[in-house]
Amino acid sequence: MVNITINGNAIQVPSGTTVLRAAEQAGITIPTLCDHPDLHPFGGCRLCVVEVQGARLPMASCTLPVNEGMVVTTESPALTKSRRTILELLMSNYYDSGYKDGQKETTQFMRWVKHYGISVKKAQAPAPRYPVNSDPNPVIWVDMNKCILCTRCVRACAEIQGRFVWSQGGRGFNTRIVAGAETTMLEARCETCGACVAFCPTGALDNRLSMGAGKPSTVVTTTCAYCGVGCQIDLNVKDNHIIRVTSNPDASVNGMAMCVKGRYGYDYVHHPERLSKPQVRRYLLKGEPKPKASAGANPGENSDPLWDWVETDWDTALRITAEKIAQARDQHGADSVGVLTSAKCTNEVNYLMNKFTRQVVGTNNIDHCARL
Amino acid sequence: MKTVRSLILVSEDEASNRLGARTLFQNLQDALQEFDLQEEVMLSTITDIGRSDALPLVIVYPEAVVYGPVRPEDAHYLIEEHLYKGRVAEDLLAPIRQLSGRIAWLRARKGTLPAEKRVVLRRAGRIDPESIDDYIINDGYLALGKALTKMTPAEVIAEIDKSGLQGRGGAGFPVGRKWSFVAGASGSPKYVVCNADESEPGTFKDRLIMEGDPFALVEAITLAGYAVGANTGYIYIRGEYALAYQRLENAIEQATAYGMLGENIFDSGFSFHIHMHAGAGAYVCGEETALLESLEGKRGEPRSRPPYPVTHGLWGKPTLVNNVETLANTLAIICNGAQWYRSLGTLSSPGTKVYTIMGQVNAPGVIEVPMGITLREVISIYARGMKPGSTFKLAQTGGSSGSIIPASLQDTPMDFESFRKAGVSLGSGALLICDETTCIVDLAKVLLQFFRFESCGKCTPCRVGTQRAYEILKRITEGQATLDDLDEFPRLAGQMEQTSNCGLGQSAAVPLRDILKYFRAEVEAHIRLGVCPAGVCPMTVERESAQTKTPVLAPA
Repeated sequence: MVNITINGNAIQVPSGTTVLRAAEQAGITIPTLCDHPDLHPFGGCRLCVVEVQGARLPMASCTLPVNEGMVVTTESPALTKSRRTILELLMSNYYDSGYKDGQKETTQFMRWVKHYGISVKKAQAPAPRYPVNSDPNPVIWVDMNKCILCTRCVRACAEIQGRFVWSQGGRGFNTRIVAGAETTMLEARCETCGACVAFCPTGALDNRLSMGAGKPSTVVTTTCAYCGVGCQIDLNVKDNHIIRVTSNPDASVNGMAMCVKGRYGYDYVHHPERLSKPQVRRYLLKGEPKPKASAGANPGENSDPLWDWVETDWDTALRITAEKIAQARDQHGADSVGVLTSAKCTNEVNYLMNKFTRQVVGTNNIDHCARL
Repeated sequence: MKTVRSLILVSEDEASNRLGARTLFQNLQDALQEFDLQEEVMLSTITDIGRSDALPLVIVYPEAVVYGPVRPEDAHYLIEEHLYKGRVAEDLLAPIRQLSGRIAWLRARKGTLPAEKRVVLRRAGRIDPESIDDYIINDGYLALGKALTKMTPAEVIAEIDKSGLQGRGGAGFPVGRKWSFVAGASGSPKYVVCNADESEPGTFKDRLIMEGDPFALVEAITLAGYAVGANTGYIYIRGEYALAYQRLENAIEQATAYGMLGENIFDSGFSFHIHMHAGAGAYVCGEETALLESLEGKRGEPRSRPPYPVTHGLWGKPTLVNNVETLANTLAIICNGAQWYRSLGTLSSPGTKVYTIMGQVNAPGVIEVPMGITLREVISIYARGMKPGSTFKLAQTGGSSGSIIPASLQDTPMDFESFRKAGVSLGSGALLICDETTCIVDLAKVLLQFFRFESCGKCTPCRVGTQRAYEILKRITEGQATLDDLDEFPRLAGQMEQTSNCGLGQSAAVPLRDILKYFRAEVEAHIRLGVCPAGVCPMTVERESAQTKTPVLAPA
């Protein structure tokens, strides 16, 4: 453990901790844009500079490891001035074209800009430098006029998703975030997981499906229904509709990470064809024999009304299923039954299906849609 | 400035004037006329030379003889003896022991012509750079042989430390200390990286060493490896240096064939290998941590410090990064000893420095002179004076990341300490000599244009600050600026100096400060009067092609 003093508070942190993280632990907020607890420190935005006793110049707290006896000041008139200048420099390259974005709330960048009393209209660039909506990605909206080159997207893609889609192109004032070798995101092998969007502090990367959706009335933390990993996700709900899915930074399983299904595959929830009650073929419900298909019909096609799907309750549906499985086992042997389970079930459900198939039905014919 | 045989400087501070310096000056001028020397000898004045015991002083160049105190009636005798008959007027010499301050370094020279002293360039141009035999005949591998057979690594470091050698890349960090840091760092393996990415505009000193004496660099890297406990060395060479690359590769090959590189060198049990790596043209990769990133195959962006490369360098291992000229110096130190080395240069900055001189002078080129030579000497002696019709206005040191040296500082000894005290920096050793046809705003604009292009783009103050400063400078040259714009310079410069991640952003701020500090009147003339005194700036708006794109909104 290392003893340091931040703004007069003596605190103890493990060695190797950065000053920014140590301050966070002591409940002291240091403004930052390029730093994120889930990503490697970068030290690019220079908003988080602090004064360290004995150091000639202010130092970036996000990359500065703690030292025994370090005395740090995080707020002073000089630092405030420095931070305001940094934000003004960033703003002088920022251009908001005025469309309604797809973010949940005010971006981190705008929060600090407002905090330091900078007028967006006065400080922003006189003209955009890049085309708005410059990438045809189906779910990610790209507007590099809002980019401040914090490289959180680059690091999120490389460190969390391991896809290396984003990188920095050019140098000097001409530096810009590019996908691949300045191709489209999909050509750069993007899996559209949206991690870059989740980490972007400015709205340069945004959720295309949620553009203009506004603020949610409630945020529901839930478990993703797509697979057994059990990622925790935040459903942003407005008027009883999910308007976007955001990462829950406190999620113990997945943190900020999510896949394309969890983050963008939520349209099935409100889909008109979505089944919300079990359905069975009418002949099963009536206890009649299976109707014969007319000659020449495609498999599964039958114009007989007994072949129609009808809604029923769970008990009936399960009873019919049990009866049919038992019937097949008794007539044709246990190996005539096969079970295919789903990645959309939880691990526990899949475990139970395994037990059911092998012990109750008595066959090893069980498989899973995600077994690759 | 015309070319003259000799230059006479008369001190003209207040104390000297009280003691008759003005009359002395007049008498010297009359005496020159009398002997008909006024075309061959230039007479000028000098202020603030750091001693007051022998005023008024008269200094005669190129011999750099200091006379004092000289009374007005001595003028005729002095001119007759020294400049007409050509011998030093012994009885008028200033007492040598009491020399101090700016001209203290003169003592070391004992009043003789400050000849070029070649230490790192002693073999360049004299030996066949592609033959190791020629190198060995010319004292090659003496230093490495001595170190490997007679000295322990600690002794090598102690010798370098005693010599007082400072890094020649521009920062002037004590080399002995750096070596001992790497030697003492825990972690293995260790690496030696030679920074040969010489990208400062107008600097070509390392190129001369590598092209003229490549074996010396190979030997020096091996020596450094032995001292710090490394077995692998890298030469990160500027991509454009094709000939240097070729010659170094050849040198590595021949040295390996002769057993001077590879396993068990000189039967000492020490093994060392050197790899070459060519840069891809980024100026910022001359910064040591960006260089290491680039060597690792990543984008050349400077790292955050601490930790420093001496403990966490290449692939996170302790790494020694030294400039070519620095390493080349170490051989002479090991061969001849630290004491010999300290006899060169000044007390605080021993040794020699290689300068590359460009601009409005009669003889541009490369010189190697002891530390502590003044800019005036460089121009009037080594560069043979300003071009006919030109008057010295300023010098820009160090390629881009140096300082602007105004005429008032041209008698400051050029060494790290004196320059630091004067608030300027030596940089990498490039001296761009400008005359009155150079516009200070235009010069700063060119520098900022360079920096905004060569910044890596990582940190905000450098990436955006250089651009904003460039825009203001451009507005001044187009007659579009207001006086309020000048207030932006200290603000931007302060931000860049205080919060930039590496030296590039910090040095980009220097021209912004310097032009207001030394040439404010000229800058204000652009704004207040709407004229460029040097006649360089267009002072009208240059039409720019439409770069800005109109936003394209996605279909709803």
